[in-house]
Parts: sequence; C-alpha cells; structure tokens
Amino acid sequence: MPLAKLLESWPALRQLREGDPLGLGKAVQSPRSQSLVPRIDEAEHVVQSVCPYCAVGCGQLVYVKDGEITQIEGDPASPISRGRLCPKGQASKSYAQSPIREYKVKYRRPYGTEWEELSLEDAMEMIAERIVKTRAETWEWETEDGNPANRTMAIGNLGGATLDNEENYLIKKLMTGLGIVQVENQARI
Amino acid sequence: MPSLGTSFGRGGATTFQQDLQNADCIVIMGSNMAENHPVGFQWVMEARERGAKVLHVDPRFTRTSAMATKHVGIRAGSDIAFLGGIVNYVLQNDLYFREYVEHYTNAPVIIREEFADTEELDGLFSGWDPEQGEYDVQTWMYEGMEVHGSAGQREEGFNATKGEQSGHGGHGGGLQHGEPPAEDKTMQHPRCVFQLLKRHYQRYTPEFVAETCGCTVEEFVQVAETLAANSGRDRTSAFVYAVGWTQHTVGVQMIRCAAVVQQLLGNIGRPGGGIMALRGHASIQGSTDIPTLYNILPGYLPMPHTETYGDLEHYMQANTSPTGWWGHFRAYFVSLMKAYFGENASDENDWLFESLPRIDDDNSVYFTVEQMLKGKVKGYIIAGENPAVGHANGKAQRLGLSRLEWLVVRDVVEIESAAFWYDSPEVESGELKPEECATEIFFLPAASHTEKDGSFTNTQRLLQWHWQAVEPKEDCRSELWFYFHLGRLIKQKLEDSEDERDKLVKALRWEYPTHSGILEPSAEAVLQEVNGWEIESGKFLSGYPELKDDGSTLCGCWIYCGCFEDGINQTARKKPHWEQDSYVANQWAWAWPSNRHIIYNRASADPDGKPWSERKRYVWWDGEQGKWTGLDTPDFEETKEPHYVPPDGAAAEDAIAGGHPFIMQADGRSWLYVPQGLEDGPLPTHYEPHESPFDNPLYSQRANPRRQQNDLAEDPYNPVDGEPGTDVYPYVVTTYRLTEHHTAGGMTRSVNYLSELQPAMFCEVHPDLAAEVGLENGGWATIYTSRSAIEARVLVTDRMRPLRMKDGRTVHQVGLPYHWGKRGLVTGDSANDLAHMVLDPNVHIQEVKAFTCGIRPGRRPRGADLPRFVAELRERAHSRREQDPRVEPEEVRKTTPS
Repeated sequence: MPLAKLLESWPALRQLREGDPLGLGKAVQSPRSQSLVPRIDEAEHVVQSVCPYCAVGCGQLVYVKDGEITQIEGDPASPISRGRLCPKGQASKSYAQSPIREYKVKYRRPYGTEWEELSLEDAMEMIAERIVKTRAETWEWETEDGNPANRTMAIGNLGGATLDNEENYLIKKLMTGLGIVQVENQARI
Repeated sequence: MPSLGTSFGRGGATTFQQDLQNADCIVIMGSNMAENHPVGFQWVMEARERGAKVLHVDPRFTRTSAMATKHVGIRAGSDIAFLGGIVNYVLQNDLYFREYVEHYTNAPVIIREEFADTEELDGLFSGWDPEQGEYDVQTWMYEGMEVHGSAGQREEGFNATKGEQSGHGGHGGGLQHGEPPAEDKTMQHPRCVFQLLKRHYQRYTPEFVAETCGCTVEEFVQVAETLAANSGRDRTSAFVYAVGWTQHTVGVQMIRCAAVVQQLLGNIGRPGGGIMALRGHASIQGSTDIPTLYNILPGYLPMPHTETYGDLEHYMQANTSPTGWWGHFRAYFVSLMKAYFGENASDENDWLFESLPRIDDDNSVYFTVEQMLKGKVKGYIIAGENPAVGHANGKAQRLGLSRLEWLVVRDVVEIESAAFWYDSPEVESGELKPEECATEIFFLPAASHTEKDGSFTNTQRLLQWHWQAVEPKEDCRSELWFYFHLGRLIKQKLEDSEDERDKLVKALRWEYPTHSGILEPSAEAVLQEVNGWEIESGKFLSGYPELKDDGSTLCGCWIYCGCFEDGINQTARKKPHWEQDSYVANQWAWAWPSNRHIIYNRASADPDGKPWSERKRYVWWDGEQGKWTGLDTPDFEETKEPHYVPPDGAAAEDAIAGGHPFIMQADGRSWLYVPQGLEDGPLPTHYEPHESPFDNPLYSQRANPRRQQNDLAEDPYNPVDGEPGTDVYPYVVTTYRLTEHHTAGGMTRSVNYLSELQPAMFCEVHPDLAAEVGLENGGWATIYTSRSAIEARVLVTDRMRPLRMKDGRTVHQVGLPYHWGKRGLVTGDSANDLAHMVLDPNVHIQEVKAFTCGIRPGRRPRGADLPRFVAELRERAHSRREQDPRVEPEEVRKTTPS
C-alpha cells in the first residue's frame, strides 16, 4: 500500500477527517468489518411472531432464508415490548434449533430398556387404538351413587399453557367428545 | 382466577401492562417482575421515571427490589397478614375513597343475620361442617337472597354448585333474585359489608403485621401510607402479582385481599390502577379462557357435574343469572354446543346436554396423579408440560407415570416426563427398574411457535396472532395437527359403532381445511369457529350480544366473540404503536372482551359519568352524543345513561343500573365480601401455610381449614409448630424462577446460551444461616423434607434476610429456583421433589411458595442411600400423618404421635 494511502487509513486521522471525533463510527471500521452485513439483510422474508416463553407477549420478528430461521429479533412495532426481548426471547432461535431437539418419533415398549424407532403414521394409529380400547374398557355411564357420568376416568390429558388458543380449543373439544374429563394444564402450577 | 372473578366479574387481569406507566404507586407482591417479566417491567420503570413509588413486598431481595423505591421483607406465606393490615389501616384512618366504595362496591349491602365471622368462631366462618371438612355457604349470603343455583334443587337431589363450579368458574357472581340487595347507604348497619370488614380486620394492627410478617412497624406503615396517599380522585395505584401469591393453600384469598384493598382505595377500572396478574406461560390466560381444564368449558361455562345437574333445565337454572350478562347463559351454551356438534345438537335433543361427560368436585391434575399411583389411570397424553420436574412432589409424579399402561409425550426435546423410566432419581435409587416398568411410551416431537400459525392470549387478555415462519421438520408437528388427526382417526375407527357410548364423539363437528404436504389444519379456520357465525347466513359475529339461544348462532368461546369480526383476523392486527392514537393501542391484536383493555372502565368516571379528575380521565359519558366514550372501548353498554335505573322486573344487562360498573356481577358492584363462589370464606383471613414453624397468632385454627390434603404414603408432611420434630425441618423454603430459564426447563435447558448463563441448581441462604449450619459459598448443600432430599450449590447472600418474629424468634428462609432436572444441556436436582401436594381448595394449586425444610452441608446420599436418608430423618421427626389428614384446632397434634 502506498504510504499516502496507508496514512489516510490511519484511524486517528480518519476520526478527525470523517467527522467522527470520538471514534465510535465509520472511522474505526476495518476492511473486514466494513464488509460485514447484518444477518437479517439476507433474509428472504420476515414473519411477525410472539415470544413463546412468559405471558408478557413480546413481539418477535422471525427472519427466514432457504427455509431456515436465520435470526429472531424484537418487533419494535409492538406496543407492549417496543422491540425489546429478554434473554429467553433473544435466544429463541436457539430454542427452535436446539442441539438436543428431537425430530423423530421414539417408542418404548412395556418393560423395554431402549427407545425404538417408529413411524409417525404407526404411532398415530397405535395411540388412536389405545384411546379407543382403554375408553371402551373403562367407560362409566354412572357413578357409584347412580348419578350420570358418561365418561372414562382412566385417561387424562395434560398441557395447554404453552400452546395456541386454537390447539387448546381442539383438545378440549375432542376430549369432551370422548368423555375424557381429566383435561388439565399449567394454570395450576 | 376465582379471586379476580368473584371480586370483579372476570378471571383476568383488570388492566394491561402499558397502563402501569400511569400509576402513582405500584405495589409488587408475590412477583419478581424484573426477573420473570423483564420486558413488561419497563412499564414499571416508566412509572418510576415519572415519579411513581414502587413498593416491593417479598421474602427475598430480588432484581425487582433493587429497582423499587422501597423493599419490605416478609415471611413467605404471611401476605394476608400484611394486606389485611393495609385494609385495617385504611379503614381505621378513614383513608378509603368514600364515593367509590359507596357506589361501586358491595360495602353498603347487608349480610344475613346467621353469618358469623372468624373473629367469633376462632378462625372458622359460619357453616363449617367438620365431618365433610367443607363450608355450607348459605349463611354467607346477602340478606333476603339465596345462594344461586341451590334453591329448590337440593330437595330434588341436586347439590349447590361448589368451588370453581360455582359463579361460573369463579367468573362473575350470580344471585338468586334480580332485585337490588338490601343495603344501608350510610354504611353504618352493623351487618353491612363495610362494618363486617372493619370488625374482621380490627386485630390486623401494624404491630400484629410486624410480629407475623417479620417486618418493622415503620416499614409496614410506610407502605400503607404511600399506597393510600397515592389513591383517590386524582391519583391511582396498581397491584402486581404472580404465582408468589397463587401457589399457597390460601393463594386465592391472598389475591382477594389485594382486591379488597384496591376496592377500598377506588383503584379498579381506572388508569394507573387495577390488579395486574402476571402469568408465566405464553398462553396460560388463553388455556383458561378456552380451557384445557377439567372444570369448565370455553368461556367459563361450568362442566356438567355428576351431582349438581340433572338435566339441561337444571343446568340452565343453576347458571343463568337473572341479572347481569350471565343472564344470557343459555345463548352462550347453545352456541358452544352448535360449534361442537353442529346439526347434531338441536332443541329437540337438548343440544346433547345429557350425553356430555360429568365431572366430580376435583378431577384436577393432582387428583389424577393420586389415581395414577393407585393404578386407576391407564392412559395419559402430555403436550408441552413437564410434570416430572414442574409439579409438586416429583417422585410421586414420576412413580405415577410409571404405573400407566400407556403414555404419550409431545415436546420439542426429550423431557424428564418422557425419560423417567431409565433416567430419574428413582432409577438411581433402585425404586424404579426399566425392566419392571410396564408403561408403553410414545414420544412425539412437537413443532415450535415459529413452525405454526396460531394465537396466544397474553397476561393482559390480549390475543396475539403469530404467523408460521418455516415448515416443521421430519416428524415434528403442531398440537393442532396431532389432535386434529387423532380425532379424525378415532372417528374413523368408530364410524360404524352403534354403541351409545360413541354417540357424542361421532357427533363432533370435525371438518377443518388443511394445507401443505403434512395436511396441517388451518388455525384460522379454528379461530373462526371460536369467534362464531350466524348459521343461516354464515356471517361472522361481531360480539357476544349477537349470540342466540335458539341454535341459530354458533360460537366456540363467547368471550372471544368478535376476534374475527367482519371476517378479519382481528388478533393478527399489527399496526405499529407509533401510528396509533393513544397508548392503549387498540389496533394492535385484540383483547377480550370486545377489545377492552382496562375492564370495568365505567368506574374511571364518577356516578354522573364525569372523569373523577382530569388527570385520571379514561372513559366518560358524552351527554351531547348520548354515549360513553374515551381512550378505550367502554366496558359498558354504549348508550346506557349514567343515571339509568332498571325498571321492575328487568333482566340480564337491563337490570344493571347506570351507576354500576361491574356488569358481569349480578348486582353490578365489585365484591369486597364474596357471598358465593369461594370455598374457604367470604373474606380473606390470615392462616399459616400447611407447613410452618409458627402457630397462627389469631386463632387456634392454624391453617386454612378447607385446604386439600391427600392420603398418599408418597406425600408425608413435615411437623408444624408445637409438634415434636419441627427442629428437623426448621427453615422456611420458597421456590422461584430465574430470567434465563422457563418453568421446568424443557424450553431453556435445551438452549446453549441460556444453559451457559444459568448452568446449575443452587440455593440462596443468608450468611447467618450459612454459619449456623456450616455452609460455604460455592460449596454443596443438601436440602431435605419428609418427601425427599436434593443437592444444590450454595449461594450465601444477605438478600435472604433473616426475619425477627413474635417473641424474638428468628426465621431463616431458603430460596430455591426450580428449573432443573436430569435431562438437557445442564442438569441438576429438582426443587419440586421436596414439595408436598397440599392444595388451595378453590383452584387446587399446590403450596410451593412456603413450606419447611432442613439443610446441611455436603452432597446428598447417592443410590439407595437417598430414600434411606430421607426415611431416617422422617422417623426422627416423627413426621406425622403418613396417612391421616392434619386437623386443627386439635390439641392432640402437640403430643408425640405414635
């Protein structure tokens, strides 16, 4: 590099010449940092979402490229969070892409000592079968006192507070139809 | 939520987080908001920047205390003593907001002569049945009225509605008669609510508060003074709470006591006021409104009960209030049945009511675990919850799961509730062997929030839509997919069944459009059903007043009616706050009910409809236009005049006067005194926690008489004050969360950054306690109860201040975060393994915020030595009642049990 150019690239000089006297802006950029672009610039699309952790309901912007999430940031438009996220919300890309996330169905037979593989289709079929069977075997038309019951007390369903309203709706609807009354969620914990 | 429901009419936060900025004083109790709702906490900081006082009353000095203008340390579980002290202070010093109390609350209402207070009956209210261990609530009623839903039915063999079942899941009170209750406007009648309150709390003096809570008289008085000075016409104060209040055997009554304070000070329905309930899961409010709960149907309609309701007409009679908006109960119910069963539900077949399943008094999750342990539950589906770590008494939870025939676990990672059969403390101790465990287990990977469309209802009743960003991979699926296809498969299998049992499931409307290769059901189609439409025209409904009781409308959750108004997904509205007219931002998402952000906001105006003051204007009567107007959607009929007087015989909302803002209540007032809807009393009373080193200073009735205990050998209790063996478990323990983790850890111990930030289980103890038992900062401690023992790293800190109590006794408290378990990137022992399963009687919540423990240095015993260690200590303590419930008052318990 010619000496003059080298001198011109001297940060102290650039600070003074480029109107950045405190050296907090462009003057301190190296060729490498100059070439950096935000991850979100390359996103193909951005989706407005809501943080999945606590119930504050912070707005999230989910950036996507090639069918993968590249970044999750706070949504400045949200009147509740105004763009902010807590450590959990900020880490939620890592939640969706956790190194220990499971992608396959696992099956453990009675008295088994290992997980086994099972297709999703077979698992769904087997679960449906078990519900139908257990329900038929344990159905109560009446309580011991002779009051109407119309139910099975041998099946329960747990969970809902981390799920969507629409999911909760289908759970309660299906279980009520099946006569399964022990439907519960985290509201009690 | 029955606390807010019975006091005000709806089981939800009365305000919204952004409005905290308008408060002149904020009292945070039962919450560490800065740590657990950090982004919401910015609104507390905004208020403080504007000069508001922020008071934090909590057993621990936390991140919230650090940002507060004042922190007062109290003993875990003593909150009602503190709050009752405020009630007494406000009443004795005439600091209440007279006009508000007189017009908007039930203070002037006269109560039946038969009612007797705890002050008369040594800690019990009238109606206590020692055999049943329950109250008969008849005597608690307003004079001249009967408990709603009981009259006439008892003779026919039906009992009164109880607990969460009554008052619509603790969601608005019904009264038997439509006419206004007997009242004394001067509030001087000895049996009016105002005078009852005065007498009930007269012994809650500042000195009593100091001795019971462990704070100083000055600290208490400063809180009471500051709160009262910042309430009234021109100033408002807000309360903020979280599960630090709910997770007690008196949790509902703690919140109720704050409701009493806020009513006396005139802080409900007004900007900068209210009670902000902070919930801990993204849609815990939603999963209560559209419940995955045993006792209610969507919109807080009670589930049919085995004993209470015979047929549809009894159910209607028991739940339709002659006055207030619950007067339209039939329309809400019929519209739900049309959403569930479509054409199959008709007037002729009573909308299929007779086929609906019935519940018992308590079929809650702890009941289910008991039944599992007894081998009565065969199959269980867990979706996005981790009871092996998150529920009280982890060992009972895991052993319960091990006795199932089959188990389905749906989560994003393999959580402890899926792995318990080969990786758990019980496998380590030899109490559970994989080759002996018969449970068949299906683990199904779930989709994350970024992989599906849907709405969450946040802590302020706001439904916010989130759009799908990417497709779920491989076998990962949404719960919407799982339950839709499960229902489809089951219906297929039962298609040809003639069995009467299968009639209801076959009748379910189960048609939802699907999309993408995996046949994901449309979440918007489900939300449309939740909103509802007119069946003939298919026109979407714009709000619950349009619902009909003749089967011509369909609606999956009446309180959410309007969320798809005009065929537009109102929950997906994302207009930036800077483009909106006011801070209320009512074009961002959609709040239930009817997009109202502060509810009961008619109370922000005086009886004439004028703002109480210019500074606190919010919703007011515009005489020229003849309607209510303001910053928010009025929570009142738009054109009902402030001085409207209901004509004789008026029904439903027409029976609510223009000066009564609490439109869900049968009398239009907020309830200082709750005549119906709660199991354990019309007024909050100080009781000790189930496990406590102290006796009740007020009564020989030590703890909540109505608390729910169980008879499980797996759930023994530590001795309490006066019983032999208390010295084995002498300390108070309280559990809590950290910013970096979420509940049982399934969503955070799987995240590398968060696991690095909070890598290990620890306990917080004061230097004095550390010295007393020999604990070293950074070293190991073993913490034990009669249930189990766990180990944790020691954090010695003066944030856990020892408190000086009555008679100069000192109490030490041990703090335990509860996020860890055996799976994940970081592992550790679970605090909940120490906890018992004693419950609040109204909502069946376990008491994990205050129980007792012992602590010693070093790591816990390994393998089979662990249960041996726990049993030895238990024997030494004579830990009573392996099976018998503990009863008070009872002198016997103070003698050595055999």
